[in-house]
Formats: sequence, structure tokens, C-alpha cells
Amino acid sequence: MALPANHGSGRLAPANKRARLGLFTGYLLAGLGALTGAALLIVSLLRPEAFAGLRSMASDLVAPAGEIGAAGRVGTRNVLEAIAGYYRAGSRNAELEREVRIARVKLAEARALERENARLRAVLKLAEGETRPVAAARLIGSTSTSARRFAYISAGRRDGVRPGMPVSSPLGLVGRVLEVGERASRVLLLTDSESMVPVRRATDDVVAFAEGRSDGSLRLRLINLGINPIKPGDVFVTSGAGGLFRPGVAVALAVEITRDGAIAQLLSNPAATDVVLVEPVWQPEAIAVIEAPRLAEAEADQAPGEEAPAPAPAPTPAVAPLPPAQD
Amino acid sequence: MEPINLRAHEDAFGRRINRGHSPALVYGVPWLSIMIGSLVPWLPVIAPAPVLPPLGFMLLIAWRFVRPGLLPLWAGLPLGLFDDLFSGQPLGSGILLFSLALLAIEGLEMRFPWRTFLLDWVAAALLLLLYLAAAALLSGAALTLVQLVVIVPQLLLSITAFPIIARMVGMLDRLRLMRLRRLG
Repeated sequence: MALPANHGSGRLAPANKRARLGLFTGYLLAGLGALTGAALLIVSLLRPEAFAGLRSMASDLVAPAGEIGAAGRVGTRNVLEAIAGYYRAGSRNAELEREVRIARVKLAEARALERENARLRAVLKLAEGETRPVAAARLIGSTSTSARRFAYISAGRRDGVRPGMPVSSPLGLVGRVLEVGERASRVLLLTDSESMVPVRRATDDVVAFAEGRSDGSLRLRLINLGINPIKPGDVFVTSGAGGLFRPGVAVALAVEITRDGAIAQLLSNPAATDVVLVEPVWQPEAIAVIEAPRLAEAEADQAPGEEAPAPAPAPTPAVAPLPPAQD
Repeated sequence: MEPINLRAHEDAFGRRINRGHSPALVYGVPWLSIMIGSLVPWLPVIAPAPVLPPLGFMLLIAWRFVRPGLLPLWAGLPLGLFDDLFSGQPLGSGILLFSLALLAIEGLEMRFPWRTFLLDWVAAALLLLLYLAAAALLSGAALTLVQLVVIVPQLLLSITAFPIIARMVGMLDRLRLMRLRRLG
């Protein structure tokens, strides 16, 4: 197999002078290609947003095909469900079970909301309006080969989506928008190792950060260290700190207790989600932070290490804990 | 008297009289198939962890093994760039890794000009191991033990799938060299 054909590369250097020159040029070009790659890589590692425009353009081009694929995924599943329902009434059971699961999460969310409301009313006497979603979109793909966890959704600038907006499904938070194209956007999933969401226990005020572990689960890190109060089965919801995510959206379920928190299962498994809602950024101050990433970076440069998990004083509802969007 | 052999003017790629290879297929199929392989992230699979093999990269090295010299040495630059646009890796990692892989195979070819598929497979497995590890290192995320553990199933799947990919490339190669009716 793999007979080296008479093509000039491989084997010994050809006797012909021109062929030898061609071979040399080939190596030169390949080496230059590798160097170009290394240079671009360094640029994009230092400035993750550098090539966002190029990527968004590419996503826009491929999005229609992806959307058809996603519709196919939903369609085939519906067909299969119909067949399953025809053969056994058990499929109805499955549906009810799903509803119960949603209801359970909703209940936890509602309880959290109730608390939140009570507290807000008590403290501020603030009447909070319902947040209205910006757009509904399909999850059309994810970076399933890379170590990073991004997803693509079928809504973009045309639909009013902007970077930083939270993305959620009926079961809970999915992630946040990172780059926006004309009709498709890239979402940083919660399970990405660069994603960090401030959360609190649904039943009380145990605050923590939920970090992605890039294997499908989250790592909860308590902010107030001490005796670990988390028990397996605790539901965690967004706390609203940082101003990006509206408080009270379900995030994760603790399954395994660790020294400084817990390992948690994501509540809204993106694999089981078809349609997601893009919501506006909760607090406008957060928008300001997103729109001035240079400023944040400059600050981070001044105080390296300060910007990361940093055990920020929990009760102050300050804007900051979220690191600038990475990719 | 011998019966007329109807297949006398045929070979594996079709009839020969008044037919020829199409340049578009001959040069287009490898590039196009690798680019389609790079579009794996647009498959409607929302993965919680890296699970799918890096098809673009695998197709690249499979084409390189099946038809040495068909892809120029600098092919890593455009193909890697295309891969980077969709893979979620920081831009440049695909360009760098694709180019280095092509150079590495070139070196392998010089050392072992005559190989069996087994050696190709071992080489591909080694390249995949290096590629996935390097991609995880260069992904821009803080590296943890979990991340390294997570790529193990992906690596095993990729290595197992390589013979299938190589066979697919063989079929695509037949399509590439299919003879078409000559016009004019």
C-alpha cells in the first residue's frame, strides 16, 4: 500500500534540479503555513475575540444547513415517538415523566423566585417586570470534537441577539451568547471550563460559583468556606450576582459532595433541548462591562489573578464576578 | 470462436473509449471531502463532552496515506483555517496542527517508503493522540485532569474509526477517478 508515486515529494531527493527545487518550495511553504498557524494561534489565545467576525461569517453561511439538520433531529424524534406510542402506551408515561421533571424544576424555581421577591420587596419595594425573551432559537450544533464546549443557535443579530445574553431552556440555564452573526450565534455552554455562573441554593442563600468541567457536569465552589452545607439533591439556581443572569433560573443539581462544594449535574441537558430562549441581559451595568472588555482586561492586567474565581464578598450585589468572554 | 469481451475497454473507473477523468473531480473531491469532515460541529448532536472523532483531520491524513502527493504540503494552511472556523478551537490551532501533521507524514514517508496499512494505522493513531492532546492544550481553557480524561474515549473512537475512514477515502478516490463522457 501507499506506493509513493512519482510526484516529487517523499523518498529520496529527486535527481532533477527543478523537482528538487519544487520539493524545497513545498517544505518551505508547509513550514511557513505552520508558522502562520502558530502566529494566529498566539494572537487568538491572547485576544479571544480577535477573529469573531470571520467565525460569525462562516457560521452564517452554514447555519441554514444546520437548521435543516436540527429540524430533522426534532422531526425524526417525533416520528419515533409516534411509533413508540402506537406500539406501547408507555410512551405516554415517558412524556408525563418529563413533565413531572419540568414541574419539579419549575417548583424549585418558583420557590426561589418567591424568596427573591419577598426579599426584594422587603429591601427595595421594587416591582419587577417579567423579563421577556429576545428570541426563540434552535440549538443547531455544538463543537463536539473540541475540548471546548460551544453551541450554535439559529438566531443572530437580525433577531436582536447580542453578546452576553443568557440562553435558557424550559429546564434551566444553557449558557450565554458569545459571538453573534447575522442569523446564527455561538453560545458558551455552562459545561465549558471557562464558563462560570454565580448560583445559590434554591431553598436558602448558600452562594457558590458553578464552573464547567467540560465533561458534562459542573463544579460548585462555595464562596463562604467553612462547613460544607450542600447535600446531594440540592437544586441550585442563578443568584443574579454579576448582573448577567436573571436570578432564580435553575442551573444544576448537586450529586457528589467535594471538599469546597460539590459536583453537580446540569439540569437542562443541551442534548435533550431543541428550542432555547435568548433573554436580555438582566442588569444594564453588566452590558456596560461587556461592551468595555478592554477596560476589564486592562484592570485584569493590572491585578493578575484577581479576576479569576476570586472569593468575592458574596452578599454585595456588585457587578464583576464574571470574567470577560473567552474562547 | 471467442465471444466478444464486452468489458475489454473497461477498468475499475469505467469505460475508456471517449471518456476521461474530470479535473474538477480529480482535484476537488479530496479538498471538498476534508472540508465537509470539518463541518462535524454542525451535525445536530449537542455533545456534553468531546465525543466525535475529528473527522476533518482524519480525512486529511487518510487522503495523505492513500494518495501521497495529491495534497500539496501547504494544504494544512487553508484546510486548517477552515477547520478552525467551526471547531471551537482558537483560530490558528488547526492551521498549525494540520501543517505539522503533513510534515510529520512526509518524514515518515522518507523513513518508511514501503509500508503496510498496519503501519499507516499505527502512525495515524499516534498522530491522533498527538493532535487531540495538542488541541486540548491549545484550546485556551485552563487544563485540568478531567479534560485529559475526557479525550480518552474520543481518542479510542477515533483510532477505531480510522480504518473505516481510510476505506471511505478509498471509495471517494474511486469516485475521484471515475471516467466521464468527454464532451466535444
